[in-house]
Amino acid sequence: MKELASKVLKGDTRSVARLITLVENNSRNAANAMKIIHKHTGNAHVVGVTGVMGSGKSTLIYELARGYRKQGKTVGIVGIDPTSPFTGGALLGDRIRMQELACDSGVFIRSMGTRGALGGLTGAIFDVIEILDASGKDVVLVETVGVGQGEVDVVKMADTTLVVLVPGLGDSIQAIKAGIMEIADVFVVNKADRPGVDRAVAELESMLDLKHVEGERRTPVVKTVARKGEGVSELIQKIDNHMNYLKEQNLLELRRRKRYEAELVEIIRRELMSYIFDEKRLKGKIDDLVDRISMKKMDPYTGAEEVLERMLR
Amino acid sequence: MERKIRVLVAKPGLDGHDRGAKVVARALRDAGMEVIYTGLHQTPEMIVETAVQEDVDVIGLSLLSGAHLTLFRDVVTLLKKRGMDDVLVVGGGVIPEEDASKLKKMGVAEVFGPGTTTDEIIEFIRKNVKK
Repeated sequence: MKELASKVLKGDTRSVARLITLVENNSRNAANAMKIIHKHTGNAHVVGVTGVMGSGKSTLIYELARGYRKQGKTVGIVGIDPTSPFTGGALLGDRIRMQELACDSGVFIRSMGTRGALGGLTGAIFDVIEILDASGKDVVLVETVGVGQGEVDVVKMADTTLVVLVPGLGDSIQAIKAGIMEIADVFVVNKADRPGVDRAVAELESMLDLKHVEGERRTPVVKTVARKGEGVSELIQKIDNHMNYLKEQNLLELRRRKRYEAELVEIIRRELMSYIFDEKRLKGKIDDLVDRISMKKMDPYTGAEEVLERMLR
Repeated sequence: MERKIRVLVAKPGLDGHDRGAKVVARALRDAGMEVIYTGLHQTPEMIVETAVQEDVDVIGLSLLSGAHLTLFRDVVTLLKKRGMDDVLVVGGGVIPEEDASKLKKMGVAEVFGPGTTTDEIIEFIRKNVKK
């Protein structure tokens, strides 16, 4: 694992890909490698891109990556698509819109399934960000699954969060503002060549007026037509501005602390779950309890207490 | 933890018929695999680089242009160069019998012609996936 970790630190593509597979499969070996690379992280600007389905997130990320490449920066991209809760399978199609980047050695793209995680991300996302960061990527772009209202976990891991909207959502902006509207560091109104763009921007601005406090940073709204690359360099400028703001106000450390806290809690949760649900020690206990609960000989709370008592003793 | 089979479904070359590739991609997904679909007109270089980054166990190549001998060979050769020879490579499309045996000699594990059921493909992958 030492060898794999040192290859990751050198930016070896194959090793980065292998380690991501190991963390996705929650392997013991992965933990050992992650322990080594942690102190080499913290250099990448992590940008989360979230928004409703069909808002053009993949195309936007492709254009952002191209923009960063023109500046000479290296880019890691993580595209997350939903895993079927029924079959466990997933169709990962974010790459379709990023084909031109496939052979650029300064870009690493990984497609991931949510594998049961809620919140628009995947359980291994923190690890994957650390791996890409440690491998020397200057910018890490994370695309969440298409979101509605509650999928706000992206703020736990991003330095800068983009919320992507499109014209024509109309009053639905009102409907979703409680959820994803609060997490934006930059708003993007994509597909800005469509009718209704001015109205969409005006609605956003008036919403921002309501919560704006004099002298504080106001969340910028950027119009883009990702398909044609329009507005993308302005967007990159706004993303950079946000990073400068975080540094100037000493907020970056605070955000990173939140990420590490979420990561720590996630690892503890994961380890605890696999410890409690260890089949070898459970020996069919769950099935047994479900039988008794179904027959009303026991209630689920007492059953849970019994399991925890046995497994955590 | 159960290991998930990751499959890259790719369309090398210039033909624009991806109906078959999409049907197979969906069937593999429904069989519990993680399927990466990259769209049309992939070069062998793009396919192999994607396979490395996505760390896939299987590559499914779909091709109906007739250029399978050249393009499949290039994919297999590039994979070996990148040290990815443990990846299972399968192909599908309108591929004549005699070409299929040539492809197998090159290192393509199986060639699925018209009339193959998706169940046969799923079973073959499950049985033959390495690692």
